Amino acid sequence: MDLDYHSMRTFADSWGLLFMFLTFVLVIWMALRPSAKKSHEDAANIPFKE
Amino acid sequence: MRNGTSAIAVAVAAFLALLGAALGQDALFRIQAWIVFTVLALGAVFLFRRVSFGPAGAAALTGEQAAYNDDVIRWGVIATLFWGTAGLLVGVIAATQLAYPAFNIPPFLNFGRLRPLHTSAVIFAFGGNALIATSFYVVQRTCRARLFGGWLPSFVFWGYQLFIVLAATGYLLGITQGREYAEPEWYVDLWITVVWVAYLLVFLGTLVKRKEPHIYVANWFYLSFIVTIAMLHLVNNLAVPVSFLGVKSYSAFSGVQDALTQWWYGHNAVGFFLTAGFLGMRYYFVPKQANRPVYSYRLSIVHFWALIFMYIWAGPHHLHYTALPDWAQTLGMVFSVMLWMPSWGGMINGLMTLSGAWDKLRTDPVLRMMVMSIAFYGMSTFEGPLMSIKAVNGLSHYTDWTIGHVHSGALGWVGMVSFGAMYFLVPKLWNRKQLYSLRLVNWHFWLATLGIVVYAAVMWVSGIMQGLMWREYDGQGFLVYSFAETSAAMHPYYVMRILGGVLYLLGMLVMIYNVYKTIRGDVRAEVPMGAEAPALKPAE
Repeated sequence: MDLDYHSMRTFADSWGLLFMFLTFVLVIWMALRPSAKKSHEDAANIPFKE
Repeated sequence: MRNGTSAIAVAVAAFLALLGAALGQDALFRIQAWIVFTVLALGAVFLFRRVSFGPAGAAALTGEQAAYNDDVIRWGVIATLFWGTAGLLVGVIAATQLAYPAFNIPPFLNFGRLRPLHTSAVIFAFGGNALIATSFYVVQRTCRARLFGGWLPSFVFWGYQLFIVLAATGYLLGITQGREYAEPEWYVDLWITVVWVAYLLVFLGTLVKRKEPHIYVANWFYLSFIVTIAMLHLVNNLAVPVSFLGVKSYSAFSGVQDALTQWWYGHNAVGFFLTAGFLGMRYYFVPKQANRPVYSYRLSIVHFWALIFMYIWAGPHHLHYTALPDWAQTLGMVFSVMLWMPSWGGMINGLMTLSGAWDKLRTDPVLRMMVMSIAFYGMSTFEGPLMSIKAVNGLSHYTDWTIGHVHSGALGWVGMVSFGAMYFLVPKLWNRKQLYSLRLVNWHFWLATLGIVVYAAVMWVSGIMQGLMWREYDGQGFLVYSFAETSAAMHPYYVMRILGGVLYLLGMLVMIYNVYKTIRGDVRAEVPMGAEAPALKPAE
């Protein structure tokens, strides 16, 4: 693949975009998945442990 | 031997600065080198006087001292208050110069030189010191680990102050590379890079040796701020110096690429310095002051990732209707509008942290300050996306509306949350039971709030009027107003703007008095907040 403007631009708005979007979906799912509820409640109380 | 190595290192650095003063290619560089030499020489003398030759083990730390390194945070609090006052004062002077041009004193105190002094002083000197100090406090408490790196945190603090002095004196001397929020020239950029890498090492090192398995979300925000600012700084300041010992350099980019690089940097300085960093502050100090955990920890994580993924694309909205390709402008606008969601999610998360504790607002002006800051976070993150829409931007761009928007974010969100954090920190850091006076905090709260409201409201009126006057056509298609006529029409608003700034500055002075008395250990005899003053009785 050439590293000219056009090919990089095409890569960025196809595979690059897909990669960023899937990563985003993944991290949001990691935050919202039901099994993480307990650990998030613990984490919220970290400032009060000192 | 303690302090010996650092004293020698500072002395060697002072000598190198002296060489710079001797061999500098231009007069401005030599002046800056003399300033560095003076500061470092004084530092070396100070350190040599404190060298102690006892065995290394003699100064073993005990108790709280061993658990946490708070010295550098105490310096940071004082530096924050000092630079904050300086920055606000310069802001008031610059505002006065706009209303009354006679206050321009050429060449050193012209508006053109004072403006970057004001913006850098409030963003990097006040905001930066507040972020460094609070991040060091928060990362230690939430990791339950002492700061990593021995002398490194002190180097970060003093290195950062040297950067501020170099940048500030440079502006007054007329040294600038003309890039918004990145005016210092190449040698100052290199120096702050060294300091920033040290800052990253201290922060990461502390995270690595943490005793708490989970990394609290405030640290995520702080870390993203440190890493992203490093990246932005390196790319935006790619430049070629004209000579090795001269002030002037030329950017690696040109034309519209340079413009986009500058606003990619400029907007993300707002996004990651003034937003992500201060959100880290908020996610720790608001729960602490309210004594309740954050409303939804999940939402805070969604807030974090959404902000990180979207903010970085928003910069092109500063270049609407320019030579920048149309698709890039639209991209910037769309991502700015999408930022509404994480911003308001985060605001709601902050406000709801108080649910069940709203009564505390009646008696706790520090918490009141933090809540006001969250409210302004919501308001300015609503206004920003609105202004990024092309049709709105056509009216608002280059007018005072932008200035009003920036100040509602900077004075309201950044300023208020920093003041709240400082009021929380001062009694803790100096081992005092309470602040000198909560009533004075209340005074500060109202002076600051009134100041912001006056400032923002006046700039809305002035900016929208300015925008409307600029685009007013008559029946034959001629512009109705000349530029000078718009300036004349804005004069009354410029005068009112000074009043807003003065009110905010007064609040800051009240805070300094309060903090000074608190550090001395005084407690003011006053009626507690929320209680009625005792009724006056006739003399007997």
